Amino acid sequence: MMRSKLLEVEHVTMRFGGLFAVNDLSFSAANRSITAIIGPNGAGKTTLFNCITGFYKPQIGRLTLHHDDGPVLLERLDDYDIAKKARVGRTFQNIRLFARMSVLENLIVAQHNTLMRASALSLAGLLGLARYGKAEKLAVDKARYWLNKVDLLDHADADAGSLPYGSQRRLEIARAMCTDPLLLCLDEPAAGLNPRESLELNTLLTGIRDEHGIGLLLIEHDMSVVMGISDWVVVLDYGRKIAEGTPVEIRNDPAVIRAYLGEADDEDEDR
Amino acid sequence: MEYFIQQLINGLTLGAIYGLIAIGYTMVYGIIRMINFAHGEIYMLGAFISLIAFLVATTLGGASVAFGLLIALVSTMILTALWGWAVERLAYRPLRNAPKLAPLISAIGMSIVLQNFSQLSQGARVKPLPPLFKGGIELMHGNGFSVNLSYLQMVIMALTVVLMAVFTWVITRTSLGRAQRATEQDMKMAALLGVNTDRIISATFIMGATLAAVAGLMVTLYYGVIDFYIGFLAGIKAFTAAVLGGIGSLPGAMLGGLLIGLIEAFWSGYFSIEYKDVAVFAILVLVLLFRPTGLLGRPEVEKI
Amino acid sequence: MAGVNMTAALRDGVIGAVVAAALALPMLGFRLVDSSQALTLSTRFDWVAWAALAVGLGRFALALLRDTLPGRLPALPDWGARFPKMRLYVGWGMAGFAFVLPFLPIADRALVDKATMVLIYVMLGWGLNIVVGLAGLLDLGFVAFYAVGAYSYALLATKLDLSFWVSLPLAGVFAAGFGIMLGFPVLRLRGDYLAIVTLGFGEIIRVILQNWQDFTNGPAGIGAIPRPSLFGLVFTANAPEGKTTFADYFGLDFSGNHRVIFLYFIILVLALLTNLFTLRIRRLPIGRAWEALREDEIACRSLGLNPTTIKLSAFATGAMFAGFAGSFFATRQGFISPESFTFIESAVILAIVVLGGMGSQIGVVLAALLLVGLPEWFRELQQYRMLAFGGAMVLIMLWKPSGLLAHRSPTIRLNQEAG
Repeated sequence: MMRSKLLEVEHVTMRFGGLFAVNDLSFSAANRSITAIIGPNGAGKTTLFNCITGFYKPQIGRLTLHHDDGPVLLERLDDYDIAKKARVGRTFQNIRLFARMSVLENLIVAQHNTLMRASALSLAGLLGLARYGKAEKLAVDKARYWLNKVDLLDHADADAGSLPYGSQRRLEIARAMCTDPLLLCLDEPAAGLNPRESLELNTLLTGIRDEHGIGLLLIEHDMSVVMGISDWVVVLDYGRKIAEGTPVEIRNDPAVIRAYLGEADDEDEDR
Repeated sequence: MEYFIQQLINGLTLGAIYGLIAIGYTMVYGIIRMINFAHGEIYMLGAFISLIAFLVATTLGGASVAFGLLIALVSTMILTALWGWAVERLAYRPLRNAPKLAPLISAIGMSIVLQNFSQLSQGARVKPLPPLFKGGIELMHGNGFSVNLSYLQMVIMALTVVLMAVFTWVITRTSLGRAQRATEQDMKMAALLGVNTDRIISATFIMGATLAAVAGLMVTLYYGVIDFYIGFLAGIKAFTAAVLGGIGSLPGAMLGGLLIGLIEAFWSGYFSIEYKDVAVFAILVLVLLFRPTGLLGRPEVEKI
Repeated sequence: MAGVNMTAALRDGVIGAVVAAALALPMLGFRLVDSSQALTLSTRFDWVAWAALAVGLGRFALALLRDTLPGRLPALPDWGARFPKMRLYVGWGMAGFAFVLPFLPIADRALVDKATMVLIYVMLGWGLNIVVGLAGLLDLGFVAFYAVGAYSYALLATKLDLSFWVSLPLAGVFAAGFGIMLGFPVLRLRGDYLAIVTLGFGEIIRVILQNWQDFTNGPAGIGAIPRPSLFGLVFTANAPEGKTTFADYFGLDFSGNHRVIFLYFIILVLALLTNLFTLRIRRLPIGRAWEALREDEIACRSLGLNPTTIKLSAFATGAMFAGFAGSFFATRQGFISPESFTFIESAVILAIVVLGGMGSQIGVVLAALLLVGLPEWFRELQQYRMLAFGGAMVLIMLWKPSGLLAHRSPTIRLNQEAG
């Protein structure tokens, strides 16, 4: 399996007032692999995500996404262009679905840019041209594929807001995948899931990595997920990187244990 | 130069009145995130009640103008506050957890009701009151133009300063103010910690209405004419002032009010009186483009 | 138990009466009388007593009822959810009825006139529904675009001699242009800031119309606006040079009703086109993007949707329909002045959208009938009309905070058999 550098984070610094949420942070994430970002609450993980996906602009530093046809500098793009042109998808810590739209509609909206192109800014659709009908059918097929993947096919026509919590998390991942990302950023995808759902999540994420060949960036507190599926782990504390390595290395790193894993010992024990 | 100073004085007087109304908007918005559209009408009611109270007081209590005004001020504050409270209780409180636009529509409806109620009960014609405070002091004189500061303008500015001081004290130093600020930050948490949020919201409406009542009295005295329609434009201007200053901020509301008063005075003084409202809104748009949260509003970091 | 409730209800009633008395005392108890010498007061304390009595009794009755009845007010069943097909039938039924209405025996000129008025508001409501109901942008100055459309037609027709059918699309384009012009700088603002800026914009347009004498003729307005023709056939008693009248062409006796009915059909068709457009665009990418934006702007951005252009398109589309409605209004009235475009119009249109149930097309029709149609029948009670109108807005909101018809069904389904 070929693994090349996908995302490169160099000296990124994000400050709110006098507080350094992310401080001179550098690391890289590879293609076709799962990179986990862990660290105690307030370590700057979500802020880092917001910098990568363009919701915040870092004061210092560079964020590069390596496409096949050359590098894309993320910090120069607007947030919607990061999704559209740089092809970075994301989910949110507090789930952000279109609650009063159906599950299927959520996935169709995610394919907005493709459909807009196919429908000539909706004009072709307004006139009922066949070309739009075909594009919509393809979009529905893709949505069906992902609904099947996340086991929501039976609920396709329900309001997204009416789904149980775990299903909403999975739907959000499916929605992000419908944008055809090269890098998928997941903000605590296992939060609030029961052990069985958490296991299913592992299968889903490794499936995305292996079958679709994209990179995944993962913020997670659930150590069974982190240790179970990540290929590389980056540990943050107070906005700085204190360690990085394979899960096994991280588990045995004294600095990490001191800063973070100290409280999570018992979770490691049962493996 | 003389003309400039005269317009400055006129603008500050007008601005003080707008500022007092704007505080009502900003406090209510801060606490329940709602544009209280009927607030302009509360101010209009304040103007009517003050006029009525003044006439009652002078009829009953003899000819002393000062005594009549004091009675009018106190009774207007109380009765208008009661109106403010009643409007919240009837039209807004049942909609506390409703979709966001429901209270706004209810408020617009209430505004129409109050306007027409006043028109029906007091007649549509403009109500004139002969000037009570005559005279003033001449500040300077030159180029055949004298700059006057009337006693009434002094009273308006002094009263505004006193009210602002009292309100700042209430908000920052009393337990009511503390509860109010807590509710503004996080209503659910405040309620969990034992703050009776319904009562705090009522108090907010009462405070806003009290200030609007004073503004109503001032306008009655300053312009000498009132009608049932004055609430609409004053309400819009005051809300604009609140947004300009940064909605949710008390000093911002006062600053916004003063700015709008000044813009109006100078625009009518130097350019054209017809387009003064256009100037006000144009400046609002300009300010919002560069400072989306207003002049003194806290710039907010988007929570994602 | 009944006794306890009774005392509580009595207490409620007495408190209500006292509060009502205090509220009524200044405003009802005294009346300002403007005699030639000075401003004086007359009293009518009996009114205060009546008000206190009415409120006290009402409060008492409510308190009693609350204990005996399960709910405070009867809840409307959610028809839309229960019968998915129902709305389709109701929609077609309403449209069919609207088409035959002018030919029914009950239809006299006054009725058709009123129906035309209602349809103008239905069309405006449908236009604003795109902005507020679908895209979730709070626009308090919608009347500005209505005014732009009306003045566009009035000026194009009186100054450049353009016909209604040529001016109509132009008016829509102008209104949409204004929408973009206003929208571009302000659509980045958060919801409530947008509200005040649009409100201000509405006022600015009105102030300009009022004061730009040379162009708009100021408060006096523009009169003698030409009427539309039907493929060149005019609706007058005698044909002007080179024209044929509608009555002559079809061998009918001339009647003023022909024009009234013709105008009715124009607005009916315009309104139905607005509706068709909305129904269609809701199923297209841009329409879904509007709704997604209403639901969660941040999620939209994370999916590559550019919020500014999406908002702008909703704003401009809504404005365009307001422009169409405006030029119809101008040609129907034959006379327009700034007075027709005050804030209260914006408020009425917004109320129609919200009361109808945001995003619901049939809801808009119901609300327009309720808010515009019903009061037209009570013209005689002129002075109490607006009071009742405002009161109705408050009461309907208290009764159904999410609108009369709040049900939404998906624009695309995977499992077709579900309905």
